[in-house]
Amino acid sequence: MAAASATVALLDRKLLFVTGKGGVGKTTVAAALASLAADRGKKTLVCEVDAKGNLADFYETGPTRFEEREIAPRLWAMSMDTEASLRQYLALQLKLPIVSRVGPLAKMFDFVASAAPGVKEIVTVGKLCWEVRESHYDIVIVDAAASGHIVSQLAAPQAINELVQVGLVRQQTGWMLDILGNPAQTGLVIVAIPAEMPVSETLELRDRVASETNVDLAAVVVNRVLPELFSRGEEDIFDRLDQPGNAELIDSALGGPARPLLDAARLTVTMRRSRTEHLERLRGAVDGKVPMLYVPYLFFRSHGLRATRQVAESLSAELGY
Amino acid sequence: MADRVGSIDSLLASKEIAIACGSGGVGKTTTAAAAAAMAAVHHGGKVLVVTVDPAKRLASALGLTGFGNVEKRVPAQAFSHAGVQPRGELWAAMLDTKQSWDALVRRHAPDARTRDRILENPLYQNISGKFVQSHDYIAMERLYEIHSEGRFDLIVVDTPPTRNAVDFIEAPQRMAEFFSSRLLRLLIVPYRSRVINLASRPFYQIADRILGSQFLADIAEFFILFQTMYPGFVARARAVERLVRDNRTTFMVVSTLEAAPVREAEFFIDVLSSKKLHLGALILNRVLPSYLLDEGANDRAGLLLAGADTLAADLAGGSGADPSQVARVLTEMGDNFQNFAVVAHREATQRNELAKVPEVVAAVPEFDDDIHDLAGLLRLGDAIWS
Repeated sequence: MAAASATVALLDRKLLFVTGKGGVGKTTVAAALASLAADRGKKTLVCEVDAKGNLADFYETGPTRFEEREIAPRLWAMSMDTEASLRQYLALQLKLPIVSRVGPLAKMFDFVASAAPGVKEIVTVGKLCWEVRESHYDIVIVDAAASGHIVSQLAAPQAINELVQVGLVRQQTGWMLDILGNPAQTGLVIVAIPAEMPVSETLELRDRVASETNVDLAAVVVNRVLPELFSRGEEDIFDRLDQPGNAELIDSALGGPARPLLDAARLTVTMRRSRTEHLERLRGAVDGKVPMLYVPYLFFRSHGLRATRQVAESLSAELGY
Repeated sequence: MADRVGSIDSLLASKEIAIACGSGGVGKTTTAAAAAAMAAVHHGGKVLVVTVDPAKRLASALGLTGFGNVEKRVPAQAFSHAGVQPRGELWAAMLDTKQSWDALVRRHAPDARTRDRILENPLYQNISGKFVQSHDYIAMERLYEIHSEGRFDLIVVDTPPTRNAVDFIEAPQRMAEFFSSRLLRLLIVPYRSRVINLASRPFYQIADRILGSQFLADIAEFFILFQTMYPGFVARARAVERLVRDNRTTFMVVSTLEAAPVREAEFFIDVLSSKKLHLGALILNRVLPSYLLDEGANDRAGLLLAGADTLAADLAGGSGADPSQVARVLTEMGDNFQNFAVVAHREATQRNELAKVPEVVAAVPEFDDDIHDLAGLLRLGDAIWS
């Protein structure tokens, strides 16, 4: 699998699931990757799976729905709706016109989905795989479930395969497994930030994905990397500036206390240092096996289209475009 | 100590259950543990913190090798290492969804045979282990169980990482509704009586075609068995809901000041208010220091950028350092301040918006490093306490 990661360029795959611990910028990275793919001439579908649904904010566009909508040249967006997906699936695949007359399909679906874990997941994954199989898009990028739930999402076809012995659902899982398991087509992108818990979760997730699913880990994106403020020599100079005599000299030159400036620099140096430790742990475990992409901390815009564009630029540079 | 109004201190002194909620990655578990540790130290009594994830780091910070469904007491040495003499006891437990479900089935099953058939049913095993909503429900159920045993004075609970905040709060109600739903009966009937009326026939035909009749039969068997537990189950779910609404229960919304967690926190606050649940406190983690908001300092950062070369020459004179290197350090200092000032201002605006609603707002500074022991946990606790 490691070999595949190295040989198949990230955006040459057909289906990318982007996941990560809550709060690390999973949606930002998914939105940025999709923007980048579209900019590079690929017909791209970006799909948000989470019911929380704020992908639209990342493009400054109106709410996204189950029906795909072109929100920028070559860039199409949609939100997963499991019931709509099931309806579409029944109509297209099983040719079951009767469905519309059955009435409370939503309730029945809710019931079945509650009774049989994996049904909601497979309807989600199935729709995405189907878009890939039918080649409607050059690439499908999924703002997928957070790291706690992604494994059950990706493993759903396998789980259903084992749970349901006969029936049409069973017949439908084989081709999904083929697409998910082909590293030339499908890849998982884990987003992390240089902090203890997100790094630990990334490493645990990597192991779980390898043992419980057949999906290839395509890349690890490290988001919000603080720039290095001082080189080693400069840090020595800074330490000397932060001495009584020098600090007062700066005070008088600036006509007021330089303390906040010195404290802010100290804070950045400390934050950067503790983050570097976590980054090194991640790098030690992943680097060389899976491509790592770095996205700098954004000071000026933390969200919205501008932030998406900036992250896309960073990823573009990291991917060597 | 006279004036205790509007602090986490007074909040926890007056409540029996505190539920920490908020988006993932904001330090919810750590905050819950810190609040519980502070209550054990200052208020006394028996305080329990319940986490929903295997928080290995927290366990070792508490001086435990790990904790599970059964509560474990934090050893006295952990406190003495931290240099404090607690008035009470701190206990910790982790919610094990599977074990809690099994316990629930054992309690409500009418007889041993039904109990075993449920526990062995493949669908039950799937649901109890993986079904996300069941996680929400069982967290509340376990909380109820611990509370009703009356062994603790205060229980601080960390909530599961739900996709939707409402799922967690509404879980007991939805579980009760689910078991009393008409649809459930509709689906189970044919497997009981074999008589299918004409109107519902298409429904079964489709269900059969999609899922296969064997699987459908499995589902039905599972729910028929489960229905035997229905009265106990529904009564229990209602009791759990009452406890959540009880005035001895409070919610603490935890967030950072980044855009996404703030949106989640706002949503949570709205939900609590619309459901008339008690919002006790808003706890903001990783707040940047207030000196970054100092306008004078920001101006001086600008002066530093403009006059870095001149100042560097003066400063370098005495030390023998390379003036151009000193100038670079000064420029970085000015730049760095202005960069973080932008972030601090953005976050201050978010904070003002959020702080309008709750009575208690506590801000925790961005700490240099992660928490590795009880002393670190108490340091965080001190920041939110009074």
